[in-house]
Amino acid sequence: MSESAASNPLATPSARHLRPALHHQFEELEQQYDASSFGMWVFLATEMLFFGGLFTAYIMYRSLYYSGFAAGSHGLEGDFGAAMTFILLASSFTMAMSVHAAREGKRTMLVILLLLTILLGIAFLGIKFTEYSHKWHEQMVPGLNFHPSLEELRGAPGNAVELFLCFYFFMTGLHALHMIIGIGLLSVMAILAWRGKITRENYDRIEVSGLYWHFVDIVWIYLFPLLYLIGGRYK
Amino acid sequence: MSAESPSVRTYTLVFVALLVLAALTTGIAYVDLGPLNTVLALAIAVIKMSLVGLFFMHLWYSRGLTRIVVLAGFFWLALLVSFTLADVFSRSWIKPPGP
Repeated sequence: MSESAASNPLATPSARHLRPALHHQFEELEQQYDASSFGMWVFLATEMLFFGGLFTAYIMYRSLYYSGFAAGSHGLEGDFGAAMTFILLASSFTMAMSVHAAREGKRTMLVILLLLTILLGIAFLGIKFTEYSHKWHEQMVPGLNFHPSLEELRGAPGNAVELFLCFYFFMTGLHALHMIIGIGLLSVMAILAWRGKITRENYDRIEVSGLYWHFVDIVWIYLFPLLYLIGGRYK
Repeated sequence: MSAESPSVRTYTLVFVALLVLAALTTGIAYVDLGPLNTVLALAIAVIKMSLVGLFFMHLWYSRGLTRIVVLAGFFWLALLVSFTLADVFSRSWIKPPGP
């Protein structure tokens, strides 16, 4: 028995006792950390294609019904779009700093930065909600409440503007859903950090949550010019 | 745990660059540059994505395996976009048969 125990590295009392954060299927913490981030990146690759389908359809229909897309884009509130962009970039910065604080083992700093990130995320959703309610009052919600005035159509065919707004609501809605999931994820991380469960050895969960948050930010980096800016705001 | 990671200074510089680029892309949208408006807006988006990916998401410091996953994602995305658009935009090249 003692022989087999000696030949099996998993059974030997190794450094494992000194590293409670190390899961049994990994040899060392660095390998565990790489596996975590690799797994998240594979998921993000599938997310790229998930959003990519909508972006592809957007490019296609934008070229087929350009006037409607330009009019619809012009009807969106550019200030709201810009404000949401700055807020989301700031949240990505606080997220990156959270990962940094976790890596350095600074617990209080980590909790504060995670809460800041969550607050910025909620501010983003607040503006998004205001924007949606403005669209509802303008009667520019496809399917449910679509009775645009001639001024809002800007000479474009009504169904082409409606098509643009379909893309607007689907793409920003799906993005907002990702934001809500991200806020939930970060709330769990903030609670774990507050309870002292995040250490310098298992901060990979903060890193992985950060990867997800940054990905959602990147999606918005494309949504902002595609929906709000390309449509000739100068006219 | 990874050997290298960005400093607070790097994060801050990247954040400032992102803010400047966001202001730039918003400003450009109010100036009539013809087709250049679209090109510039997308170019700035690509630069912003690269900054977030390389520094906030640590791709600059990560292993080859992670980078391959990212490249694979972009490869499939390129297939999705290019094949779809190639279909749509070449449909008018051939007249449908019949009266």
